[in-house]
Amino acid sequence: MTAYCRIDHVDKSFKRGNTETLVLKAITLDVEKGEYVSIIGHSGCGKSTLLNIVAGLTPATNGGVILEGRHVNEPGPDRAVVFQNHSLLPWLTVYENVRLAVDKVFGSKKSRAERDAWTLHNLDLVQMTHAKDKRPSEISGGMKQRVGLARALAMEPKVLLLDEPFGALDALTRAHLQDTVMGLHQKLGNTVMMITHDVDEAVLLSDRIVMMTNGPEAQIGEILTVPLTRPRKRLELVADATFLKCRQRVLEFLYERHQFVEAA
Amino acid sequence: MPAGRPFAGGPITSFNRSNDPMNMPVAKSEISASIPSAPTTPVAAKVLPLPLKRKAMNTRVSATLGKIAAAVIPPLVMIVLLLTVWQVLCMRPGATLPSPSKIWTEAYDLIVDPFFVAGPQDIGLGWRVLTSLQRVAIGYGFAAVFGIMLGTLIGQSVWAMRGLDPIFQVLRTISPLAWLPISLAAFRDSQPSAIFVIFITSVWPIIINTAVGIRNIPQDYRNVAAVLRLNHAEFFWKIMIPSAAPYIFTGLRIGIGLSWLAIVAAEMLTGGVGIGFFIWDAWNSSRLPDIFIALAYIGIVGFLLDRIVAGLASIVTRGTSAN
Repeated sequence: MTAYCRIDHVDKSFKRGNTETLVLKAITLDVEKGEYVSIIGHSGCGKSTLLNIVAGLTPATNGGVILEGRHVNEPGPDRAVVFQNHSLLPWLTVYENVRLAVDKVFGSKKSRAERDAWTLHNLDLVQMTHAKDKRPSEISGGMKQRVGLARALAMEPKVLLLDEPFGALDALTRAHLQDTVMGLHQKLGNTVMMITHDVDEAVLLSDRIVMMTNGPEAQIGEILTVPLTRPRKRLELVADATFLKCRQRVLEFLYERHQFVEAA
Repeated sequence: MPAGRPFAGGPITSFNRSNDPMNMPVAKSEISASIPSAPTTPVAAKVLPLPLKRKAMNTRVSATLGKIAAAVIPPLVMIVLLLTVWQVLCMRPGATLPSPSKIWTEAYDLIVDPFFVAGPQDIGLGWRVLTSLQRVAIGYGFAAVFGIMLGTLIGQSVWAMRGLDPIFQVLRTISPLAWLPISLAAFRDSQPSAIFVIFITSVWPIIINTAVGIRNIPQDYRNVAAVLRLNHAEFFWKIMIPSAAPYIFTGLRIGIGLSWLAIVAAEMLTGGVGIGFFIWDAWNSSRLPDIFIALAYIGIVGFLLDRIVAGLASIVTRGTSAN
């Protein structure tokens, strides 16, 4: 029981009328402090459901999540989420979106000036200070995701949850943002749990890759440790033997042993 | 090229003469080159001159002036046209309604000075409109506060929505005046009765739209609120109200229109001071020209009320809808 964050025998079933579908079955996963763990699987395997259970947004049917020795079963800023579709509040400016989180989390601990400085600091971390007075509708998709990241980081979460954060972005923007996330992980030492369906992304960013079998009754099929040293450089890794080997392992798992059967 | 010439020829050469000759050759070659691919109807050739005309204006000032002119001149032309037709129709002997010129001469005092006071019942239309507006303000104000509050409650509960929505859908179709006898019986006074009629007329669209707006708060925003652990009050002010604001303002806008419709009718029946009673009074004393002036007042004030609420909506909901 020494794990920083433990997902302990989590089952999740959805009821519809009389039929009950078991989506996740006996998921157990330990995440160490400062570790970057990716969860990869075909669409519909329940990986987003798993993240929502950790976030507390969806209750687990059986089992639970233990964070620093404490059972967590409702949402909270200690498990900040970066949502796939950014989820910024469109009536607030970039600054106000982050400030809302800062005010809520540090309202009693920090002075007004400190909260302002902390908000700006986090916007600076994701290089979004220049657009702080813009509204979400006035900035690009990648920028929105950066602000979402700043908002999550500003809460100083124990675990940072990323729900396919780069899924809706074009390839170039995605690469740029991956580098940002990698740099921030290096700098701040956050514990990160990321949902993804991109093999390269998983290998590039993660310390460990959790591969999920196909649902229903999805389980953890295999856990791969990525033994690449940090800091990692995208261009150097393209021809790196370890990188390619890891990549191959994940691809084999996804496309040979647990091929996606149904149409998505 | 040859196929395009017959169509490009007419309108473009005429422009060539009247406009800056430096720009035209380029524009002409572009246009005649684009014609063959376009459907070979004369319509295609007619559409093209407009951008050229704008280009000739060139400066920003004249462009804005042009925009204002484009917005103001057509309605002015139409008004003059309609007044002329009206004048012609009502100038004939035996016409039942007064012509514009007759209205001008007979209701001159009402037109030129909206704010005269000549006696307790002989005051300018501006004062009467203000009295009516005061009633609307009270009734509509209550409707807005009550409607948004009730709509918020209903929007949060599926069962309240299912139970109350059909009832509201029926109640909202009841004519404002049908409520008047009931409110007169309840309040036994014309002033609160008129205000109640305004309230009951405008409250339904506000309730219904607010409820729909609250129900349509995206799950994403609820998730954000959950992660941030916003309490009920914070959720209400920081997520619910801004998210539902576009819907709420739609309701408010429909509501203000309905209130203004209702007050005139209610005042005709309850009497006292007000634009509605003025019309009824003018009818009873056969002052038809005065009624036309009152109608113009009602129309313009109604339009302004709608614009004010719409303007308020666009300020408050800035960004919300443009996601």
